[in-house]
Amino acid sequence: MTQDKPFAPFLGHLAQTGLRVESVAAHGLAPAQVITVQAEDWGRLGQEAKEWGCRWAAGWGEDIDGKVDKAIHIHACFEKGGAYLLARTMVTRTNPILSSHTPSYPAADRPERHTQDMFGVAFTDHPDARRWTRHQAWKSSEYPLRRDFPAAGHPLAATPADHQYKFLAAQGSGVYEIPVGPVHAGIIEPGHFRFQTVGETVLHLEARLGYTHKGIEKIAEGRDAASLARLAGRVSGDSTVAHAWAASMAMEKAAGLTAPPRAVWLRALMCERERVANHLGDIGAIANDVGFAFGFYQFGRLREAWQRASCEVFGHRFMMDCIVPGGVAADLEPRFMETMRDEADALRWQIGKLMAIVYDSPSLTNRLLGTGVLTPEQASALGCMGYVGRASSLDFDVRRDATYPPYDRLKVTVPLHHTGDVNARMRVRHEEIVVSLEVIKALLAGLPDGPVGSEWRVPIADSEGLGIIEGWRGEIISYVRFGAGGRIARFFPRDPSWTTWPALEVLIHDNIVPDFPVCNKSVNGSYSGNDL
Amino acid sequence: MLRILGKIQRIGIISEPLPPLNEPALTEIGEQLKARIGELFGGSLAIREVDAGSCNGCELEIQALNNSWYSIERFGVHFVASPRHADMLLVTGPVSRHMEEAIHRTLAATPEPRLVIAVGACGADGGEFGESYASRGAVANVIPVDAVIRGCPPTPVDLMRGILEAIGRP
Ligand code: SF4
Repeated sequence: MTQDKPFAPFLGHLAQTGLRVESVAAHGLAPAQVITVQAEDWGRLGQEAKEWGCRWAAGWGEDIDGKVDKAIHIHACFEKGGAYLLARTMVTRTNPILSSHTPSYPAADRPERHTQDMFGVAFTDHPDARRWTRHQAWKSSEYPLRRDFPAAGHPLAATPADHQYKFLAAQGSGVYEIPVGPVHAGIIEPGHFRFQTVGETVLHLEARLGYTHKGIEKIAEGRDAASLARLAGRVSGDSTVAHAWAASMAMEKAAGLTAPPRAVWLRALMCERERVANHLGDIGAIANDVGFAFGFYQFGRLREAWQRASCEVFGHRFMMDCIVPGGVAADLEPRFMETMRDEADALRWQIGKLMAIVYDSPSLTNRLLGTGVLTPEQASALGCMGYVGRASSLDFDVRRDATYPPYDRLKVTVPLHHTGDVNARMRVRHEEIVVSLEVIKALLAGLPDGPVGSEWRVPIADSEGLGIIEGWRGEIISYVRFGAGGRIARFFPRDPSWTTWPALEVLIHDNIVPDFPVCNKSVNGSYSGNDL
Repeated sequence: MLRILGKIQRIGIISEPLPPLNEPALTEIGEQLKARIGELFGGSLAIREVDAGSCNGCELEIQALNNSWYSIERFGVHFVASPRHADMLLVTGPVSRHMEEAIHRTLAATPEPRLVIAVGACGADGGEFGESYASRGAVANVIPVDAVIRGCPPTPVDLMRGILEAIGRP
């Protein structure tokens, strides 16, 4: 991002087309530019942004109580070339109607349906009006993220099963349906999948998620900063470092506070360790899902050793609660500097040996090459990111393209593949591990001295902040707004899984049912991070 | 193929003789467990794991029990796909309301006698999520629970100890 206001030409263009745009100074949201538009222009803003080549990155609402006609704010976050534009509009509680961004951006589909379920905002030209997050735990006339909805809800004696959801149905001779879940065969999170198949070939897959919805956005309200960081670290357990970092960054920006350099470098160290651990686990799991047990055991062994080392150094196998607002919970003991460097070298050597075997095993690659293809066009339409995007030619990494400390001082190579198949997603993971190990060594070599925390400063009411970081699945966007007394008024964490779940539905087309597990694992969306 | 065999031979068996964390009691419990599983379950304890709304941290640690460090199968413990084959349910999460009915049905599909263990801070008392419009909190708020394994998440060793204790109980 070299320009000061990278979206200036776009905003000029909007003004020319007669769209009333107001630029807003919003301190904690920088470097994102913030604009407000009229509700009637919302849909057109989406079309224009699409034509301008922006990615639709995130969308959320907020019920601003006691303000401006009791308005519900709607946000959409666009990204282009590593610059972010945050657009806002408002609708009244009495007439919460807005045109949709989904016709321009398929990526907006589920976030808008989430907003519909949680705030009661109707997106008029949305192609799919079905509910998404709401099953049967609250009534269709109740909106949990409205201010007047109590966090405890109105509990029923028992929550009925969600059996009236209208799945797409296929008809014709030889077509049959396979329902799976929410309880799956393995030790994994719950969700429901509906396959329409002919013989072994998948014609259509529809995912129904929301089973792990535990009201994260609602129970965030009223927390203090430390308590929100703990909650953010549990949005998705495998991304605890990344989510805690993004939320802490957002809160620090809102408070006008910077974490000391040493703390920020340690955060990156943890974040890279988290990336390596998950990629190791995923490569093993991909191998396992096609019956290549050797890969499963070897990569499982490496992951376990890596996690144990994380525990020794940071005190927790996932490094949960190690990132706190203002810094990190504990300093790195000097004795670990060398062991971590050696560990990185040793792992790199091991990975080289193992991946050579993996790439040289026809029985394995045969199942991975050409399986579960997501074309670059499809990936781009869905706004994919992380290893899913990068396996389909989407060359974006927040660490490099919208950089933040300490990555502004480091070289991050971004591996790119173009075939979009399971094999490419595995290769990206492998290459990302190698990059991460180099980054870890650079982090250790350049680790600044000094304190590992700044004293927390309570932000004034209405301070907002945006934290955008590269988690192991891709870009995480975390929005916070403080209310009175340093208490959280709104928290929205956008996990990359919001974009990768729809990708799974697309890439499974024309694959055989037995390849679903490996396709799914190659994408590895988080249920919890998506369901919130 | 030769390289695979070579690698396997070089690495050898890395399953750690428990306990890795200086707890002599674990080996002891391990032996008791084997004996107990022999008596009660004909040599093999089948566990069905159910995520009832967790953040997935607990799942990752339960999965880790199958890696070659812990290799929990050596004690006769294995994870099964169907509750109908299970002697024990390991339930994680603050039970999300959206999973409530699924939990009841899973329990109903598990033949008696069976044991239900609530896993994690969430399974124990709702953890960071507590009870809300979306979550019932503790597993015991939804189905009867025989034992609890705390931790956020409990480590694989915690899990082993918890399972062994639940089984070891006369
Ligand atoms: S106990 Fe901790 S790790 Fe387990 S589900 Fe709850 S928050 Fe996640």
